[in-house]
Amino acid sequence: MNILPIILLDGITFASWLFLVSAGITFIFGVLRILNVAHGSLYAIGAYVGATFIIRFAGQEQHSWLTLPLLLLAAIVVGLTLGPLIERLFLRRVYGKDEVIGLLTTFALFLILEDVVRLIWGIEPYLVEGPFRLLGRVRIAGIAFAVYPFLLTIIAILAGLLLWFIIHHTWFGRQVTCVITDREMAGALGINVPRIDLMAFALGTFLAALGGAFTAPMMSVEPGMGLSVIVLAFAVVGIGGLGSIGGAALGCTIVGLARATAIQLFPEIELFVIYALMVAVLLWRPQGLFGAIELRKI
Amino acid sequence: MSEITTSPSLPLAVIAAFAVMAVLPLFLSDWIVFLIALALAKGAVVLGVVLLLRGGLISFGHALYFATGAYTVGFLANRFGIGEALVALPLAIIISAVAAAALGVLLTRFRGIYFAMLSLALSMILYTVLIKFYDFSGGTDGLSVRGFTLAGVTSADPALVQYYLVLVLTAAVVYVGARFLASPLGYLMQAVRYNEIRIEYLGASASHAILASYVVSGAVSGLGGALVAYLVGHVSPELAFWVSSGDFVFVAVLGGTGSVFAPLVGSIAFEFVKNYALKFSPNTWQLTLGVFLLLVIYFQPQGLWTLFTRLRVKPRWLRR
Repeated sequence: MNILPIILLDGITFASWLFLVSAGITFIFGVLRILNVAHGSLYAIGAYVGATFIIRFAGQEQHSWLTLPLLLLAAIVVGLTLGPLIERLFLRRVYGKDEVIGLLTTFALFLILEDVVRLIWGIEPYLVEGPFRLLGRVRIAGIAFAVYPFLLTIIAILAGLLLWFIIHHTWFGRQVTCVITDREMAGALGINVPRIDLMAFALGTFLAALGGAFTAPMMSVEPGMGLSVIVLAFAVVGIGGLGSIGGAALGCTIVGLARATAIQLFPEIELFVIYALMVAVLLWRPQGLFGAIELRKI
Repeated sequence: MSEITTSPSLPLAVIAAFAVMAVLPLFLSDWIVFLIALALAKGAVVLGVVLLLRGGLISFGHALYFATGAYTVGFLANRFGIGEALVALPLAIIISAVAAAALGVLLTRFRGIYFAMLSLALSMILYTVLIKFYDFSGGTDGLSVRGFTLAGVTSADPALVQYYLVLVLTAAVVYVGARFLASPLGYLMQAVRYNEIRIEYLGASASHAILASYVVSGAVSGLGGALVAYLVGHVSPELAFWVSSGDFVFVAVLGGTGSVFAPLVGSIAFEFVKNYALKFSPNTWQLTLGVFLLLVIYFQPQGLWTLFTRLRVKPRWLRR
C-alpha cells in the first residue's frame, strides 16, 4: 500500500492545527517580546468555550451547520474578553523587564488558568463530535479520510491570510509594524503603543482560542490538554524564527510532515523527531529559519 | 534580578542555618524533615539554574540534568543492582557534568530567549526518549529505587540517614557554589549579563565562562536529582517534563539570585507553600502557586532573599 498520501494528508492537517496555535505565540512575541507560556491554556479555554456553546445551543444531536459559527463565536468571545483582561492586569506590568520575568509571569498565568479551567468545567471530559460526524468521510486514493481535518486546514489558511492582510494592508497593521520595529519611536510619533499591545495580545488570544475551539470536535476536551500543545508550538516557532508568521507557517509544515512520516514509519520516535528537528534547525541557524538577528549589547 | 552582590566568604549565618537544620530532626515530625530534605535536594538544582541566571541565561530545561541524575540512580538500582550511594551519587554527578559539557558546547552560541528554547527542546528530547523506550527506562511507569546503602551499611532508619546525607551534600554544594561565584570565572558571568563585547575586549572569553558555569550547573543539578531519587524512591519521565523545568526557574526567581543560599530559602518556601496549598485547597493548589509567583514578581522582584539583606540595621554577620 502506498503510504505517501497518508503521510501528506496527516502531515498537512497536523500542520494546520499547529499553525493556529503557534501563529498567536509568534505574533505576541513579535509585538510584546514575551514568550507566552500560558498560550496552551488559552487554547484549552477556547476548546472548552466552544464545547460549551455547542452543548448549550446546538441541541442534543449537535448535528447542525450551526455548530461551526458557534465555534468561531467561541474563539471571538475568548479573544475579546480574556485577551484584554490578561494583558491589562498581568502583562502590562512586566514590559521591558528581563526576559525571565516575562517568561515567569506567563508561567504563573499558566498555573492559574489550569486550575481556573478545572474550577469552571470540572475534570470530566467533554465530547462534542457533532461537527466531526456532520462532515462525514471521503475516499482519497482508496483510503477513507474524515473530512473535518480538512476544514481545520482551510481555517488555518484563512487565519494565515487574515493575519497577513491585517499586518500588511490595514492601518492597525502598519502601527503594529512600527511598534515591532521601535517601540519608543512609535510612541513618539503618536502611535498609541499600549493600545496596540492590547489589540495584539487579543488577536493572539483569538488565534489560540480558534485553534482550540475547532479542535474540540476532534478530541475529548479535558484538563491538561494545553500542556503538550505549548511545547509543540514552541518547537514550531523556534524552527520558524520567533516573531515571524511566515516562519511559523514553514515551521509547522516541516514539523507536521516530519511527525506524520515518523508515525507511519517509526512510531516510537514520533515526538522525539520534532524536538530533534528543532535542535538541528537552531544549531544550523541560531535565530530560526526566518528570525531576525538581534544586535548584541554594547 | 540581582545587582552585583557577591559575598566571597560564606557568612556565618549560613553555617548557623545549617547547624540549626542539623538538629531539626530532634524536634520536628518526620514529614517536615522529609519536606526539608526534598526542598534542599531540589534547591541544589535551583542553585544550578541561579548560576546561569547570574549570567542572564534562562535555562528552561534544567529538568534535563535533574532527570539525568535521578535516572542514573534508578538505572544503577534496577539494571545493575547497585544501591550504594557512594557509587551512585558520584556517578550521577559525573554523567550530568559530561552531558552538560557536551550540550553546553552547543548552547554557548545562544543567548536570551533562544537559549531558553533550545534548553527546553533538549530536555523534551530526554523526556520523549524516557517515555518511548519502555524496555530501557520503564516508560511512563518509571523505575522504583528501593534499597539504599551508605558505605555498604543498610541503615535501620533510612529516612534519617537520607536527611543527613542531603544536608551534608547541599552544604557542600552551597560551598562549591559560593567558591565558584567568588572566583574570577564567577565574576565573569556577571559581566556576561551586562556586556559581552567588553569582556572580549578585555581578553576573556564569554563563551568559556558560560560553558564552565553550565558544566558546574549541570553537575550540581544531577546531584540534586540523584538525591531526590533516593528520597522519593521512584523516578519517572515527569522529572524531565517542561513543567518541572519551569518550577526550577520559578524557585530561582522566588529565592533570588543574590546569594548561593537564596535558592535553598526559595526551595524551602516553595515546598511548604505547595504542601499547604495542596492540603488546604486541593483543587486550587496550582492557582495558589501561580498567585504566589505573581506576587513575588510584582512586589519582591529581587527574590525572597532580599528580605534579609534589606534589613536596615544589619547584624554584623549579615554584612558583606
